[in-house]
Amino acid sequence: MSDAASPVADGANVDVIRLDQVCKRYGSFVAVDNADFSIGRGEFFAMLGPSGCGKTTTLKMIAGFEQPSSGRVLLEGVDVSTVPPHKRNVNTVFQQYALFPHMTVADNIAFGPRSKRLDEAEITKRVSDMLDVVRLSDFANRRPAQLSGGQQQRVALARALVNYPSALLLDEPLAALDLKLREAMQIELKRIQREVEITFVFVTHDQGEALTMSDRIAVMSQGVVEQIGSATDIYKRPHSLFVAGFIGSANLLPAVVAQGDSAGASFDFWGGGRITVKSGHVNADVALTPGEQVTVMLRPEHLHVSATQPAGESLSAAITDIVFQGASVRVVARLANDTEVTALVAGDGAPPFLRPDSTVWLSWGPDAPFVLDGWPSVAGATTTNVDSIEASL
Amino acid sequence: MTAFSRRQRIGQRLINGVAGLGLFYIFLPILVIVIFSFNAPKGKYNIKWQGFTLDNWAKPFAESELTAALWVSLRIALISTFCATILGSLIALALSRYKFKGSGGINLFLVLPLTSPEIVLGSSLATLFLNRGVDFGYVTVIIAHVMFQISFVAVTVRARIRGFDWTLEQAAMDLGATPSRAFWKITFPLILPGILAAALLSFALSIDDFIITFFNAGSLVTFPLQIFGASRVKIPPQINVLATMLLFASVSLMVAGTVIGNRRQRKLAGN
Repeated sequence: MSDAASPVADGANVDVIRLDQVCKRYGSFVAVDNADFSIGRGEFFAMLGPSGCGKTTTLKMIAGFEQPSSGRVLLEGVDVSTVPPHKRNVNTVFQQYALFPHMTVADNIAFGPRSKRLDEAEITKRVSDMLDVVRLSDFANRRPAQLSGGQQQRVALARALVNYPSALLLDEPLAALDLKLREAMQIELKRIQREVEITFVFVTHDQGEALTMSDRIAVMSQGVVEQIGSATDIYKRPHSLFVAGFIGSANLLPAVVAQGDSAGASFDFWGGGRITVKSGHVNADVALTPGEQVTVMLRPEHLHVSATQPAGESLSAAITDIVFQGASVRVVARLANDTEVTALVAGDGAPPFLRPDSTVWLSWGPDAPFVLDGWPSVAGATTTNVDSIEASL
Repeated sequence: MTAFSRRQRIGQRLINGVAGLGLFYIFLPILVIVIFSFNAPKGKYNIKWQGFTLDNWAKPFAESELTAALWVSLRIALISTFCATILGSLIALALSRYKFKGSGGINLFLVLPLTSPEIVLGSSLATLFLNRGVDFGYVTVIIAHVMFQISFVAVTVRARIRGFDWTLEQAAMDLGATPSRAFWKITFPLILPGILAAALLSFALSIDDFIITFFNAGSLVTFPLQIFGASRVKIPPQINVLATMLLFASVSLMVAGTVIGNRRQRKLAGN
């Protein structure tokens, strides 16, 4: 992904997109609260969060369909906060594609270059190149209604990319596709992005999508950017309880600080038990004064389940449910203080000691725990099932 | 089983019969007009069947006053439809596109001309022109027609563009089209069938209007006014001939519109 090969390569050190303390208010409702971040050239950047978190509003401010109430939007280093969409060098792939129904695929793709009054020969060449990239060369003369959902999606991509935008904005681009197609399109999107080397800014509520495709992810909640980082970053070292609960599944266990210094710290679980945590596994905002309320995050796949008490630190729990998931077994257990936790046991069958109501010991490796400030609103296992997250919204 | 299906069959026939009667009731006057255009009346009143002739169709413009009145009506209908279609479509676009202060009120006022008695509209408009000292003639009739046509156009177009996907316009602008290019290349072609349907309807309304025209025409004589005024003296078969011509012109326009519309729909739907 060298800058020299990029069709938009000029001023390679300038961020393609920069949001400078951007706020968007509708009356007293704050849709976006002080968004302040940059997106680099050729980056695959995701804005992730539940519906109503402000991610789409942020995207619309970059596209020009909304104007910030305060702050600035910069494209290629130029303030475009009040520039209308047709004068911005970014293009959008709309959620329902918004293909022009009365035009052929080729005319749809040629619409942007024709609006910019490019030479017709150049347009023809670009359109056929783009049809190649999205593998729809045989469909140039079809109308959108004659295409499948995935093909329409690719036309929408081609129609945007043919303009060689500084950045491509995608608003929930896969939401309208069924699961199998969605997975195929994730790979396809990634391939196309690598091929055209254009910055992709991608809005989604599906954390799986964001984790699979993005170089960096901005997790948003209630208008606030909670954390920006790589998929591993936000998964392993979430900066807030919201991020810890939203990304992947986690066991969020309330605890208090027992003692701590730069070398490490130990915490007493609420309801009994102690955990020692290495330095670097405690979030920066945690005050290590004894008695301070914290949350210990343990991912289900990091919990070991054993029939007898292991040598190191552990918690005892009673199994309430065992769910076979193919490659792994999900064990749901209840701690002494009634908190429900889940553990993932690898392997295609449950060991014989895993039976409902049997008492087991949960232990963890030294790299597993991560400690966050404050207590969670609900202690124990969070769910990662997208449907149930959506249902709870 | 058989009894049931027989009863069903009878019911089906009954429905068809009633529907046929209903259609006959609607089309009977039209049928009479067409048939009587081939009548060879004795005397001045073409109201009793005397015998078949093609003479009337050979000389459709024999009644010079009637022909002149038809031209007046056509001219008025063309101009007023043109103005009303543009204005009404713009109202419909504004109302379906934007939610603005007072849009609810405009929605209400829009149907007012459709629901208020023509006699009220016609007479009050005439009073207005009289008070202002406006000379009655083409201008007043066209103003009067545009006034009630606007509502028809706006309501028809608005119904046709309900559910229009406005993100298409956003997409066009996102691709670098100016707002006006986005409108002419994307929105306009897609809502054109609705606008044409509205224009056709309001053209027919203008040709046909009697009451409002009667109050505002002054010495100008339109086709309906001529027929009404002359009916006490004579009812020549040319009335039927010209009316039949108008009828077939509008029917073929409508058929053409439907055929083109269906073909477009099929194309958009991808078959």
